[in-house]
Amino acid sequence: MALFDKFNKIAEDRAALVQTSPSPFGTRIDEIYSPTEGRIGEHRVILAGTNNYLGLTFDPDCIAAARQALAEEGTGTTGSRMANGTYGSHWALEEELAAYLGKQSAIVFSTGYLANLGTIGTLAGPGDTVLLDADCHASIYDACRLSGAQVIRFRHNDVADMEKRLRRLGEQTQNTLIVVEGIYSMLGDQAPLAEIVEVKRRLGGFLVVDEAHSVGVLGANGRGLAEAAGVEAEVDLLVGTFSKSLGAIGGFAVSGHPELDILRYASRPYIFTASQSPASIASVRTALQLMASRPGLRDQLWRNAERLYAGLADLGYQLGPQASPVVAVLLGTAPEGVAFWHGLIEQGVYANLVLPPASPDGQALVRVSVSAAHSLEQIEQIIMAFARLKQETVSG
Amino acid sequence: MPSQNMQSQKQILEMICSHLEKIKPEAVGIGPDTDLIQELGLESLQVMDLVMELEDEFDLSVPLNRLADVHTPAQLAQCISALLEPTDGVV
Repeated sequence: MALFDKFNKIAEDRAALVQTSPSPFGTRIDEIYSPTEGRIGEHRVILAGTNNYLGLTFDPDCIAAARQALAEEGTGTTGSRMANGTYGSHWALEEELAAYLGKQSAIVFSTGYLANLGTIGTLAGPGDTVLLDADCHASIYDACRLSGAQVIRFRHNDVADMEKRLRRLGEQTQNTLIVVEGIYSMLGDQAPLAEIVEVKRRLGGFLVVDEAHSVGVLGANGRGLAEAAGVEAEVDLLVGTFSKSLGAIGGFAVSGHPELDILRYASRPYIFTASQSPASIASVRTALQLMASRPGLRDQLWRNAERLYAGLADLGYQLGPQASPVVAVLLGTAPEGVAFWHGLIEQGVYANLVLPPASPDGQALVRVSVSAAHSLEQIEQIIMAFARLKQETVSG
Repeated sequence: MPSQNMQSQKQILEMICSHLEKIKPEAVGIGPDTDLIQELGLESLQVMDLVMELEDEFDLSVPLNRLADVHTPAQLAQCISALLEPTDGVV
Protein backbone atom coordinates (compact mmCIF):
# COMPACT_ATOMS: atom_id res chain seq x y z
CA MET A 1 0.00 0.00 0.00
CA ALA A 2 1.39 3.38 -1.03
CA LEU A 3 1.20 4.92 2.41
CA PHE A 4 3.64 2.36 3.73
CA ASP A 5 6.11 2.81 0.87
CA LYS A 6 7.96 5.53 2.70
CA PHE A 7 9.03 2.95 5.29
CA ASN A 8 10.64 0.64 2.73
CA LYS A 9 14.15 1.81 3.56
CA ILE A 10 13.59 1.24 7.28
CA ALA A 11 12.24 -2.23 6.51
CA GLU A 12 15.21 -3.06 4.27
CA ASP A 13 17.75 -1.79 6.80
CA ARG A 14 16.09 -3.72 9.58
CA ALA A 15 15.92 -6.93 7.55
CA ALA A 16 19.60 -6.62 6.65
CA LEU A 17 20.66 -6.10 10.25
CA VAL A 18 18.32 -8.35 12.18
CA GLN A 19 18.38 -11.88 10.87
CA THR A 20 18.42 -13.90 14.07
CA SER A 21 16.34 -13.98 17.21
CA PRO A 22 16.29 -12.29 19.69
CA SER A 23 16.12 -8.87 18.09
CA PRO A 24 18.09 -5.98 19.61
CA PHE A 25 15.18 -3.70 18.74
CA GLY A 26 12.07 -4.14 20.83
CA THR A 27 13.70 -7.09 22.53
CA ARG A 28 11.14 -9.36 24.15
CA ILE A 29 12.09 -9.90 27.78
CA ASP A 30 10.20 -13.08 28.61
CA GLU A 31 10.55 -13.04 32.38
CA ILE A 32 11.73 -10.53 34.96
CA TYR A 33 13.14 -12.02 38.15
CA SER A 34 14.46 -8.92 39.92
CA PRO A 35 15.64 -5.38 39.07
CA THR A 36 18.78 -6.92 37.58
CA GLU A 37 17.83 -10.37 36.26
CA GLY A 38 15.55 -11.69 33.55
CA ARG A 39 15.15 -14.18 30.74
CA ILE A 40 15.34 -13.45 27.01
CA GLY A 41 14.43 -16.58 25.07
CA GLU A 42 16.67 -19.33 26.37
CA HIS A 43 19.15 -16.93 27.94
CA ARG A 44 19.05 -15.96 31.58
CA VAL A 45 20.58 -12.47 31.57
CA ILE A 46 21.83 -9.73 33.85
CA LEU A 47 19.69 -6.69 33.00
CA ALA A 48 22.22 -3.97 32.20
CA GLY A 49 20.10 -2.09 29.71
CA THR A 50 17.45 -0.61 31.96
CA ASN A 51 17.28 2.87 33.47
CA ASN A 52 16.58 1.41 36.90
CA TYR A 53 19.38 3.42 38.48
CA LEU A 54 18.37 2.99 42.11
CA GLY A 55 16.92 -0.49 41.60
CA LEU A 56 13.57 0.46 43.15
CA THR A 57 11.25 -1.46 40.78
CA PHE A 58 11.02 -4.37 43.22
CA ASP A 59 11.32 -2.40 46.44
CA PRO A 60 8.84 -3.93 48.92
CA ASP A 61 7.64 -0.53 50.17
CA CYS A 62 6.98 0.75 46.63
CA ILE A 63 5.12 -2.44 45.75
CA ALA A 64 3.07 -2.29 48.97
CA ALA A 65 2.10 1.34 48.29
CA ALA A 66 1.10 0.49 44.71
CA ARG A 67 -0.94 -2.52 45.89
CA GLN A 68 -2.77 -0.44 48.43
CA ALA A 69 -3.62 2.26 45.88
CA LEU A 70 -4.73 -0.38 43.40
CA ALA A 71 -7.07 -1.88 45.96
CA GLU A 72 -8.40 1.43 47.24
CA GLU A 73 -8.54 3.57 44.05
CA GLY A 74 -8.77 1.07 41.20
CA THR A 75 -6.73 0.25 38.12
CA GLY A 76 -6.88 3.60 36.34
CA THR A 77 -8.23 7.12 36.44
CA THR A 78 -9.82 6.78 32.99
CA GLY A 79 -9.45 10.47 32.31
CA SER A 80 -7.37 13.59 31.81
CA ARG A 81 -5.79 15.66 34.58
CA MET A 82 -8.03 18.45 33.29
CA ALA A 83 -11.21 16.43 33.77
CA ASN A 84 -11.67 13.49 36.15
CA GLY A 85 -8.02 12.30 36.23
CA THR A 86 -6.65 14.38 39.10
CA TYR A 87 -6.86 12.50 42.38
CA GLY A 88 -5.64 13.67 45.75
CA SER A 89 -2.50 11.59 45.25
CA HIS A 90 -1.59 13.43 42.03
CA TRP A 91 -1.72 16.72 43.93
CA ALA A 92 0.19 15.26 46.86
CA LEU A 93 2.97 14.03 44.58
CA GLU A 94 3.25 17.47 43.00
CA GLU A 95 3.61 19.08 46.42
CA GLU A 96 6.19 16.50 47.47
CA LEU A 97 8.21 16.98 44.28
CA ALA A 98 8.21 20.76 44.64
CA ALA A 99 9.36 20.45 48.27
CA TYR A 100 12.06 17.88 47.45
CA LEU A 101 13.45 19.91 44.56
CA GLY A 102 13.08 23.22 46.41
CA LYS A 103 10.82 24.84 43.84
CA GLN A 104 7.53 26.66 44.07
CA SER A 105 5.55 24.81 41.42
CA ALA A 106 5.35 21.28 40.08
CA ILE A 107 3.24 19.58 37.43
CA VAL A 108 3.01 15.82 36.93
CA PHE A 109 2.59 14.49 33.38
CA SER A 110 1.71 11.00 32.18
CA THR A 111 5.20 10.25 30.80
CA GLY A 112 8.60 11.92 30.65
CA TYR A 113 8.15 12.37 26.90
CA LEU A 114 4.93 14.26 27.53
CA ALA A 115 6.61 16.38 30.22
CA ASN A 116 8.98 17.79 27.59
CA LEU A 117 6.24 18.18 25.01
CA GLY A 118 3.91 19.73 27.56
CA THR A 119 6.38 22.28 28.92
CA ILE A 120 8.89 23.19 26.18
CA GLY A 121 6.27 22.72 23.46
CA THR A 122 3.86 25.04 25.27
CA LEU A 123 6.14 27.67 26.81
CA ALA A 124 7.81 28.40 23.48
CA GLY A 125 5.57 29.58 20.69
CA PRO A 126 5.76 31.36 17.35
CA GLY A 127 8.10 34.34 17.72
CA ASP A 128 10.12 32.64 20.46
CA THR A 129 13.34 30.69 20.06
CA VAL A 130 14.57 27.37 21.43
CA LEU A 131 18.35 27.02 21.58
CA LEU A 132 19.14 23.39 22.30
CA ASP A 133 22.17 21.18 22.67
CA ALA A 134 22.54 19.12 19.48
CA ASP A 135 22.51 15.87 21.48
CA CYS A 136 19.20 16.58 23.21
CA HIS A 137 16.68 13.75 23.39
CA ALA A 138 14.10 13.24 20.63
CA SER A 139 11.33 14.35 22.99
CA ILE A 140 12.92 17.80 23.12
CA TYR A 141 13.18 17.98 19.33
CA ASP A 142 9.53 16.90 19.08
CA ALA A 143 8.58 19.55 21.64
CA CYS A 144 10.31 22.14 19.46
CA ARG A 145 8.25 21.07 16.46
CA LEU A 146 5.08 21.28 18.50
CA SER A 147 5.97 24.76 19.73
CA GLY A 148 6.15 26.56 16.38
CA ALA A 149 9.15 28.48 17.74
CA GLN A 150 12.34 28.95 15.75
CA VAL A 151 14.82 26.24 16.68
CA ILE A 152 18.60 26.62 16.77
CA ARG A 153 21.09 23.89 17.76
CA PHE A 154 24.50 24.37 19.35
CA ARG A 155 27.36 21.87 19.33
CA HIS A 156 27.12 19.28 22.06
CA ASN A 157 28.43 20.53 25.42
CA ASP A 158 30.27 23.41 23.69
CA VAL A 159 29.56 26.49 25.83
CA ALA A 160 31.46 28.87 23.54
CA ASP A 161 29.35 27.65 20.62
CA MET A 162 26.19 28.13 22.67
CA GLU A 163 27.24 31.67 23.59
CA LYS A 164 28.00 32.52 19.96
CA ARG A 165 24.55 31.37 18.87
CA LEU A 166 22.88 33.17 21.77
CA ARG A 167 24.67 36.39 20.85
CA ARG A 168 23.43 36.10 17.26
CA LEU A 169 19.88 36.16 18.56
CA GLY A 170 20.37 39.65 20.01
CA GLU A 171 17.29 40.91 21.80
CA GLN A 172 15.50 37.66 21.08
CA THR A 173 17.46 36.05 23.94
CA GLN A 174 14.77 37.35 26.28
CA ASN A 175 12.31 35.04 24.53
CA THR A 176 14.73 32.14 24.22
CA LEU A 177 14.61 28.81 25.97
CA ILE A 178 18.07 27.29 26.41
CA VAL A 179 17.62 23.53 26.71
CA VAL A 180 20.24 21.09 27.99
CA GLU A 181 20.27 17.75 29.79
CA GLY A 182 21.78 16.73 33.13
CA ILE A 183 23.20 13.46 31.82
CA TYR A 184 23.00 12.75 28.08
CA SER A 185 21.57 9.35 27.37
CA MET A 186 23.85 8.35 24.50
CA LEU A 187 27.32 8.87 25.97
CA GLY A 188 26.50 9.34 29.66
CA ASP A 189 28.26 12.70 29.81
CA GLN A 190 27.07 15.71 31.82
CA ALA A 191 26.28 19.24 30.66
CA PRO A 192 28.81 21.91 31.79
CA LEU A 193 25.95 23.50 33.69
CA ALA A 194 27.86 26.03 35.82
CA GLU A 195 29.40 27.52 32.65
CA ILE A 196 26.06 27.51 30.85
CA VAL A 197 24.50 29.35 33.78
CA GLU A 198 27.31 31.90 33.68
CA VAL A 199 26.49 32.64 30.01
CA LYS A 200 22.79 32.86 30.84
CA ARG A 201 23.54 35.39 33.60
CA ARG A 202 25.32 37.63 31.11
CA LEU A 203 23.13 37.23 28.03
CA GLY A 204 19.74 36.20 29.33
CA GLY A 205 17.46 33.34 28.35
CA PHE A 206 15.22 30.88 30.15
CA LEU A 207 17.18 27.79 31.19
CA VAL A 208 15.53 24.37 30.92
CA VAL A 209 17.38 21.33 32.23
CA ASP A 210 16.09 17.85 31.46
CA GLU A 211 17.27 15.83 34.45
CA ALA A 212 15.66 12.56 33.33
CA HIS A 213 18.89 10.60 33.79
CA SER A 214 20.34 12.68 36.63
CA VAL A 215 17.63 13.03 39.30
CA GLY A 216 18.43 10.40 41.91
CA VAL A 217 21.90 10.03 40.40
CA LEU A 218 23.69 13.37 40.87
CA GLY A 219 23.83 15.86 43.75
CA ALA A 220 24.32 15.33 47.48
CA ASN A 221 20.56 14.87 47.86
CA GLY A 222 19.93 13.33 44.43
CA ARG A 223 18.33 16.49 43.08
CA GLY A 224 20.31 16.23 39.85
CA LEU A 225 23.06 18.07 38.04
CA ALA A 226 21.75 21.50 39.04
CA GLU A 227 22.29 20.55 42.69
CA ALA A 228 25.71 19.01 41.97
CA ALA A 229 26.78 22.17 40.09
CA GLY A 230 25.35 24.48 42.77
CA VAL A 231 23.09 26.35 40.35
CA GLU A 232 19.59 25.22 41.28
CA ALA A 233 18.32 28.78 41.69
CA GLU A 234 19.41 29.63 38.14
CA VAL A 235 17.49 26.82 36.48
CA ASP A 236 14.13 28.17 35.35
CA LEU A 237 12.55 24.82 34.58
CA LEU A 238 13.63 21.33 35.57
CA VAL A 239 12.02 18.47 33.70
CA GLY A 240 12.26 14.86 34.79
CA THR A 241 10.80 11.40 34.65
CA PHE A 242 9.52 8.71 36.99
CA SER A 243 10.64 5.92 34.65
CA LYS A 244 14.29 5.85 35.65
CA SER A 245 15.50 6.36 39.24
CA LEU A 246 11.93 6.36 40.55
CA GLY A 247 11.15 3.01 38.96
CA ALA A 248 7.67 3.59 37.53
CA ILE A 249 6.29 5.74 34.71
CA GLY A 250 5.36 9.40 34.39
CA GLY A 251 7.06 12.75 34.08
CA PHE A 252 7.22 16.07 35.86
CA ALA A 253 8.32 19.67 35.63
CA VAL A 254 9.21 21.97 38.53
CA SER A 255 9.95 25.66 38.51
CA GLY A 256 10.53 28.61 40.79
CA HIS A 257 8.25 30.61 38.52
CA PRO A 258 4.74 30.52 40.01
CA GLU A 259 3.34 31.07 36.51
CA LEU A 260 4.14 27.43 35.70
CA ASP A 261 0.69 26.47 36.95
CA ILE A 262 -1.01 28.21 34.03
CA LEU A 263 0.44 25.59 31.69
CA ARG A 264 -2.24 23.24 33.00
CA TYR A 265 -4.73 25.22 30.94
CA ALA A 266 -2.59 25.59 27.81
CA SER A 267 -0.55 22.42 27.52
CA ARG A 268 -2.13 19.96 25.11
CA PRO A 269 0.08 17.01 26.19
CA TYR A 270 -1.16 17.63 29.75
CA ILE A 271 -4.79 18.04 28.84
CA PHE A 272 -5.41 15.54 26.06
CA THR A 273 -4.24 12.30 27.61
CA ALA A 274 -5.22 10.18 30.56
CA SER A 275 -3.42 10.68 33.86
CA GLN A 276 -1.23 8.13 35.59
CA SER A 277 -2.84 5.25 37.41
CA PRO A 278 -3.16 5.58 41.21
CA ALA A 279 -0.82 2.61 41.70
CA SER A 280 1.90 4.27 39.66
CA ILE A 281 1.54 7.55 41.57
CA ALA A 282 1.67 5.70 44.89
CA SER A 283 4.86 3.82 44.04
CA VAL A 284 6.52 7.04 42.86
CA ARG A 285 5.62 8.83 46.11
CA THR A 286 7.24 6.04 48.10
CA ALA A 287 10.26 5.89 45.79
CA LEU A 288 10.72 9.64 46.20
CA GLN A 289 10.88 9.19 49.98
CA LEU A 290 13.39 6.38 49.60
CA MET A 291 15.51 8.42 47.19
CA ALA A 292 15.69 11.21 49.77
CA SER A 293 16.22 9.05 52.83
CA ARG A 294 18.66 6.45 51.47
CA PRO A 295 21.71 8.22 50.01
CA GLY A 296 23.46 4.86 50.25
CA LEU A 297 21.62 3.82 47.09
CA ARG A 298 23.36 6.61 45.18
CA ASP A 299 26.72 5.69 46.68
CA GLN A 300 26.27 2.08 45.61
CA LEU A 301 25.20 3.16 42.12
CA TRP A 302 28.36 5.21 41.68
CA ARG A 303 30.61 2.47 43.08
CA ASN A 304 29.13 0.12 40.48
CA ALA A 305 29.35 2.70 37.68
CA GLU A 306 32.98 3.55 38.41
CA ARG A 307 33.98 -0.11 38.66
CA LEU A 308 32.30 -0.96 35.35
CA TYR A 309 33.74 2.08 33.56
CA ALA A 310 37.27 1.30 34.83
CA GLY A 311 36.91 -2.40 34.00
CA LEU A 312 35.82 -1.76 30.41
CA ALA A 313 38.46 0.95 29.94
CA ASP A 314 41.13 -1.50 31.13
CA LEU A 315 39.96 -3.94 28.47
CA GLY A 316 40.67 -1.29 25.84
CA TYR A 317 37.11 -0.45 24.86
CA GLN A 318 36.36 3.03 23.55
CA LEU A 319 33.95 4.55 26.07
CA GLY A 320 31.97 7.74 26.63
CA PRO A 321 34.00 10.66 28.02
CA GLN A 322 33.31 10.21 31.74
CA ALA A 323 32.31 7.55 34.27
CA SER A 324 28.56 7.49 34.61
CA PRO A 325 25.70 5.09 35.31
CA VAL A 326 25.27 5.21 31.52
CA VAL A 327 28.39 3.53 30.14
CA ALA A 328 28.54 3.86 26.36
CA VAL A 329 30.79 1.41 24.51
CA LEU A 330 31.54 2.50 20.95
CA LEU A 331 31.74 -0.42 18.56
CA GLY A 332 32.15 0.58 14.91
CA THR A 333 29.70 -0.26 12.14
CA ALA A 334 26.04 -1.19 12.58
CA PRO A 335 26.59 -4.90 11.67
CA GLU A 336 29.47 -5.02 14.16
CA GLY A 337 27.20 -3.53 16.81
CA VAL A 338 24.44 -6.06 16.14
CA ALA A 339 26.91 -8.98 16.28
CA PHE A 340 28.36 -7.67 19.54
CA TRP A 341 24.91 -7.31 21.06
CA HIS A 342 24.10 -10.94 20.22
CA GLY A 343 27.43 -11.95 21.73
CA LEU A 344 26.51 -10.17 24.96
CA ILE A 345 23.17 -11.99 25.13
CA GLU A 346 24.94 -15.31 24.71
CA GLN A 347 27.27 -14.26 27.52
CA GLY A 348 24.24 -13.57 29.73
CA VAL A 349 24.17 -9.76 29.57
CA TYR A 350 21.38 -7.57 28.22
CA ALA A 351 22.40 -4.02 27.22
CA ASN A 352 20.90 -1.49 24.78
CA LEU A 353 22.10 -1.32 21.21
CA VAL A 354 22.04 2.09 19.54
CA LEU A 355 22.80 2.50 15.86
CA PRO A 356 23.58 5.58 13.75
CA PRO A 357 22.10 8.09 13.23
CA ALA A 358 20.70 7.87 16.79
CA SER A 359 24.23 7.31 18.10
CA PRO A 360 26.85 10.05 17.79
CA ASP A 361 29.82 10.05 15.37
CA GLY A 362 28.26 7.47 13.07
CA GLN A 363 29.31 4.61 15.35
CA ALA A 364 27.15 1.85 16.76
CA LEU A 365 27.25 1.67 20.53
CA VAL A 366 25.99 -0.52 23.32
CA ARG A 367 24.76 1.37 26.32
CA VAL A 368 25.29 -0.40 29.59
CA SER A 369 23.13 1.03 32.35
CA VAL A 370 24.22 0.45 35.91
CA SER A 371 21.91 0.03 38.88
CA ALA A 372 22.44 0.31 42.63
CA ALA A 373 20.78 -3.10 42.72
CA HIS A 374 23.60 -4.73 40.73
CA SER A 375 25.82 -6.74 43.03
CA LEU A 376 29.56 -6.35 42.70
CA GLU A 377 29.58 -9.93 41.41
CA GLN A 378 27.16 -8.99 38.61
CA ILE A 379 29.32 -6.01 37.65
CA GLU A 380 32.33 -8.35 37.44
CA GLN A 381 30.26 -10.78 35.32
CA ILE A 382 29.44 -7.96 32.90
CA ILE A 383 33.13 -7.05 32.67
CA MET A 384 34.00 -10.72 32.09
CA ALA A 385 31.45 -10.92 29.27
CA PHE A 386 33.08 -7.94 27.56
CA ALA A 387 36.52 -9.50 28.15
CA ARG A 388 35.46 -12.73 26.45
CA LEU A 389 34.00 -10.85 23.48
CA LYS A 390 37.21 -8.84 23.20
CA GLN A 391 39.17 -12.09 23.22
CA GLU A 392 36.93 -13.54 20.49
CA THR A 393 37.45 -10.44 18.36
CA VAL A 394 41.23 -10.58 18.79
CA SER A 395 41.50 -14.31 18.13
CA GLY A 396 38.71 -14.41 15.53
CA MET B 1 19.96 44.53 -6.43
CA PRO B 2 19.12 41.19 -7.99
CA SER B 3 22.51 40.62 -9.66
CA GLN B 4 24.36 40.88 -6.31
CA ASN B 5 21.85 38.54 -4.73
CA MET B 6 22.26 36.04 -7.57
CA GLN B 7 26.02 36.16 -7.18
CA SER B 8 25.68 35.68 -3.46
CA GLN B 9 23.40 32.69 -3.92
CA LYS B 10 25.90 31.17 -6.32
CA GLN B 11 28.67 31.52 -3.76
CA ILE B 12 26.48 30.03 -1.07
CA LEU B 13 25.64 27.13 -3.34
CA GLU B 14 29.31 26.49 -4.06
CA MET B 15 30.03 26.46 -0.35
CA ILE B 16 27.19 24.02 0.30
CA CYS B 17 28.39 21.69 -2.46
CA SER B 18 31.92 21.86 -1.09
CA HIS B 19 30.64 20.77 2.35
CA LEU B 20 28.58 17.98 0.78
CA GLU B 21 31.63 16.63 -1.04
CA LYS B 22 33.38 16.34 2.34
CA ILE B 23 30.38 14.63 3.96
CA LYS B 24 29.85 12.26 1.01
CA PRO B 25 33.23 11.93 -0.71
CA GLU B 26 31.99 8.89 -2.63
CA ALA B 27 29.09 10.81 -4.22
CA VAL B 28 29.40 11.85 -7.83
CA GLY B 29 27.70 14.72 -9.59
CA ILE B 30 26.38 16.67 -6.63
CA GLY B 31 24.43 19.51 -8.21
CA PRO B 32 22.03 22.28 -7.23
CA ASP B 33 19.02 20.00 -7.60
CA THR B 34 20.38 16.85 -5.98
CA ASP B 35 17.94 15.69 -3.31
CA LEU B 36 19.92 15.70 -0.06
CA ILE B 37 18.11 12.79 1.54
CA GLN B 38 16.59 10.76 -1.31
CA GLU B 39 19.52 10.95 -3.74
CA LEU B 40 22.54 11.76 -1.60
CA GLY B 41 21.41 9.56 1.28
CA LEU B 42 22.02 12.10 4.05
CA GLU B 43 20.39 11.44 7.41
CA SER B 44 18.35 14.33 8.80
CA LEU B 45 20.98 14.69 11.54
CA GLN B 46 23.67 15.20 8.88
CA VAL B 47 21.56 17.92 7.28
CA MET B 48 21.24 19.66 10.66
CA ASP B 49 25.00 19.40 11.22
CA LEU B 50 25.62 20.87 7.77
CA VAL B 51 23.34 23.77 8.65
CA MET B 52 25.36 24.36 11.81
CA GLU B 53 28.53 24.66 9.73
CA LEU B 54 26.85 27.10 7.37
CA GLU B 55 25.55 29.19 10.27
CA ASP B 56 29.15 29.75 11.32
CA GLU B 57 30.39 30.45 7.81
CA PHE B 58 27.76 33.15 7.31
CA ASP B 59 27.44 34.20 10.95
CA LEU B 60 23.68 33.85 11.02
CA SER B 61 21.00 31.67 12.57
CA VAL B 62 19.18 29.18 10.36
CA PRO B 63 16.18 27.96 12.35
CA LEU B 64 15.50 24.27 11.80
CA ASN B 65 11.85 25.01 11.10
CA ARG B 66 12.99 26.89 7.98
CA LEU B 67 14.28 23.59 6.59
CA ALA B 68 10.91 21.88 6.18
CA ASP B 69 10.76 22.73 2.46
CA VAL B 70 14.48 22.43 1.81
CA HIS B 71 15.38 19.29 -0.15
CA THR B 72 18.23 20.39 -2.43
CA PRO B 73 21.43 22.48 -2.25
CA ALA B 74 19.74 25.16 -4.36
CA GLN B 75 16.83 25.43 -1.94
CA LEU B 76 19.23 25.58 1.02
CA ALA B 77 21.22 28.34 -0.70
CA GLN B 78 17.99 30.23 -1.32
CA CYS B 79 16.98 29.85 2.32
CA ILE B 80 20.34 31.20 3.55
CA SER B 81 20.29 34.00 1.03
CA ALA B 82 16.86 35.08 2.25
CA LEU B 83 18.04 35.03 5.85
CA LEU B 84 21.02 37.20 4.94
CA GLU B 85 18.64 39.90 3.71
CA PRO B 86 18.42 42.43 6.56
CA THR B 87 14.65 42.67 6.23
CA ASP B 88 14.12 39.00 6.99
CA GLY B 89 14.55 39.65 10.68
CA VAL B 90 15.90 36.31 11.85
CA VAL B 91 19.68 36.81 11.79
